[in-house]
Amino acid sequence: MTWILECDQITKRFPGVLANDQICFSLEEGEIHGILGENGAGKTTLMNILYGLYHPDEGEIRVRGKSVEIKSTRDAIQAGIGMVHQHFMLIPVFTVTENVMLGDEPTKLGGILDREATAKRILDISSSHGLEIDPSALVSTLPVGVQQRVEIIKLLYREADILIFDEPTSVLTPQEADQLFNIMRSLAESGKSIIFITHKLREVLDIADRITVIRQGQVIGTTTPEDADQSKLASMMVGREVVLEVEKSKAKPTEMTLRVENLKVLDDRNTLAVNGVTFDVLAGEILGVAGVQGNGQTQLVQALTGLRHPVEGRIELLGTDITRGTPRQITELGTAHIPEDRQRDGLVLSYPVTDNMVLNTYYIEPFTEKAVLQEGAMRSNAEALIGAFDIRTPSPEVDVSTLSGGNQQKVIVARELSRPIKLLVAAQPTRGLDVGSIEYMHNRLIEKRDEGVAVLLVSTELDEIMQLSDRIAVMYRGRIVDILAIEDASKESVGLLMAGVHSEDQGV
Amino acid sequence: MSANTSTLETGTIYVSPTRRRIFGIIFLGIAVLIWLFFIRGLDPEMMTTMRLYPGGSKIVLDDWEFNSLSVLRILAFACAVLGSYQLVRGFNKRTGLILSLIGGMFVFSFLSWAASGGMLNLAGMLRIMVIRSVPLTLGALSGILCERAGVVNIAIEGMMLTAAMIGTIVGSVTTLWIGLLGAVIAGGLLGLVHAVMSIKYRTDQIISGTVINIFAVGITSFISAKFMQPYPELNDPGIFKPYEIPVLSQIPFLGPVLFRQNIFVYSMIIFVILLTFLLFKTRWGLRLRSVGEHPEAADTLGIDVYKTRYMAVILGGMMAGFAGAYFTLGSVGRFDQVMTAGRGFIALAAMIFGNWMPVGAMIAGLLFGFSDSLAASLALLRVQIPSEFLLMAPYLITMLVLAGVVGRGQMPAADGQPYEKQ
Repeated sequence: MTWILECDQITKRFPGVLANDQICFSLEEGEIHGILGENGAGKTTLMNILYGLYHPDEGEIRVRGKSVEIKSTRDAIQAGIGMVHQHFMLIPVFTVTENVMLGDEPTKLGGILDREATAKRILDISSSHGLEIDPSALVSTLPVGVQQRVEIIKLLYREADILIFDEPTSVLTPQEADQLFNIMRSLAESGKSIIFITHKLREVLDIADRITVIRQGQVIGTTTPEDADQSKLASMMVGREVVLEVEKSKAKPTEMTLRVENLKVLDDRNTLAVNGVTFDVLAGEILGVAGVQGNGQTQLVQALTGLRHPVEGRIELLGTDITRGTPRQITELGTAHIPEDRQRDGLVLSYPVTDNMVLNTYYIEPFTEKAVLQEGAMRSNAEALIGAFDIRTPSPEVDVSTLSGGNQQKVIVARELSRPIKLLVAAQPTRGLDVGSIEYMHNRLIEKRDEGVAVLLVSTELDEIMQLSDRIAVMYRGRIVDILAIEDASKESVGLLMAGVHSEDQGV
Repeated sequence: MSANTSTLETGTIYVSPTRRRIFGIIFLGIAVLIWLFFIRGLDPEMMTTMRLYPGGSKIVLDDWEFNSLSVLRILAFACAVLGSYQLVRGFNKRTGLILSLIGGMFVFSFLSWAASGGMLNLAGMLRIMVIRSVPLTLGALSGILCERAGVVNIAIEGMMLTAAMIGTIVGSVTTLWIGLLGAVIAGGLLGLVHAVMSIKYRTDQIISGTVINIFAVGITSFISAKFMQPYPELNDPGIFKPYEIPVLSQIPFLGPVLFRQNIFVYSMIIFVILLTFLLFKTRWGLRLRSVGEHPEAADTLGIDVYKTRYMAVILGGMMAGFAGAYFTLGSVGRFDQVMTAGRGFIALAAMIFGNWMPVGAMIAGLLFGFSDSLAASLALLRVQIPSEFLLMAPYLITMLVLAGVVGRGQMPAADGQPYEKQ
């Protein structure tokens, strides 16, 4: 057995946090090694150490048995380590060739960039690994899956043989993810060694040869897909038994709550992001909006909550036209909004928990009397909600920025759900949360549905959509391609719709 | 109408019909303006003369003489046709281009009218346009160097002003060429200050730039009042004389306009070509641009973001210093307080107008230079328009450009964002 990469007792401390605690881990040549852990478990820290972005406080890294010191990304590249980052490290206004050559550019006489030579090498790499690409295309014009291919080609161009994939499927449709897995397998067969970082149990069981689980900076254990199943991995990851299935009864939808007709919304660049969508949400049901990130979901939610005015179409909430309503009007009509980017749109990070709890009600009694804020009422409100929603905070007076991601989300949930509401718009409500918080969030959404609230759930996690929704609307390039009842939907059918393949026009 | 919009694909730019109509009405309005102010009441016998030969070259070009009224009628008709088409069908993407065409026709109509019955020295005017565009274009190149690497430089004005003064003093004490060198070094040093503040200490780049501008006004006014006025020998560096380029200066019309100038004009043309080549054809340029677009990506590929930005901002400062030397060593041969008079900010506008491209910046520089020289020429023709209004023209154009009327360009994605290594 040949170890191509070994980490020996790697320790990394950040102020107040032990991110990596004596991590030992080894990678065999030609294997796909899954590293599984929750957000904040220390996976990314470990990989950034391997890639030279952080320096370990203690420990040793050996490549092919030889001890190496990786001080910068340059050293990592030299040691044959390459990384496909979760957020692509591509320059949108450059061509594929320029992105691939950057940092290692061949030149012709007179110092002129030799684009042709690079393009030729890219085509060589692409044909030998089945990574189809047009070297002269601008990266910004390529779909996400193809952009990821460019990232992989960048590594192969540098002749890396240890490839790190950091949460590579988070931006892909299920079909694109399958394609990626095929590529990863063929790379492993050609002798490359792959580290695959993820928090998705299913994926790691699908593709990895071995799996190492990390929790709170420590290696919990290494196993193989044959010896493990989802629930075993989940409990290793979280440290306790986890219920993966959400229990819910059948929905009992009643009256029409939200009605959207032929809605068209522009994005910041004045391009049409939402292109004529029509749907409605009834009280007592969850309508899940599935789709890959960037297909207009963000703009749709902004239009529904009054943050962005549509250019055409009509939005009605319980019979009231709110097409050009202000966020306050819409809130007062009984809409709760759990925003996609909780730190930017959901909280004022430098305000204490108390103030964040009344961001949409501070101006009415009892929080304001005769134009003066009532500190006492705000504080007792916060204390009550902290108890009711089980928010872990040292005091209601600390800045909300000091809370963990899960608790920040709970502050928003507490604020939005403690009022009497008719409609709940939840955008990516579990993004970046740990398994425990996800469980909590899911139960709250079901609870609100059963109370008779109309819930619009926007999520890019197909599993989440399938678990919670009563009906599923699939968005692709600004349009709703289909709305399915949960009974008629399968992961495969929704996945195809997310990729823009309509069941009826298949083969066209 | 609705059938028209429903064929729109998601992701295509949404051009609101209102915008299309507004532009159509503006185009028609210009046609009406030409008719109302220039055509009406014009004597049909009146002739306009444009002088194409400013003297000097061996080949003499005849003056260009035409009937004012008929030319004006053609121009007004052309504007009306373009306007109607815009109103009905729309030029869509090419609206900006048509707008500049119509703007050009309006300016020409204005000149034809103003010079009717008289003579306009067109060649001389264009010659002045080129000269006036020098500090704007060079300043814009300074901005391009910095901003392509991701550092906003609004300190061009202050850098130019300081360099203008240093160049004068050094040039007075030593020689003209050493004075020029002094100006370039002074600009580079201010560039270094801006770089340290905005790259190392991650100060807000607008604030850092503003501080340099304020500092420059203070220090140059002080030194000028305290030393340069009492000792005039410190304020007498001489001037770079025009140098005729042997063959090229004999080209009719273009020769005197372009090739009978001083080194600053030639340098401008060379720098524009050189910078275009360096930015888009070499490793140096690819890396510089990558740092301005996506510094994290550059970093993961082993490019030193800080070093690259330092280099770009210092070079940008040196370019601004060279531009500053034009005011004293290339133009009037002495330093006056606050003599740059906001040209650094116009240069910034030229950079934006030119879409962060060297050639675009020069075109914008020439446009602004033209409106500058227009004011001067019209004073000679005794046109009944207060010269203050005409002097406002470059600033008005700048405002229209900055408001995005002509269409917004694509600025470097990481422009103005400090980079913090993890």
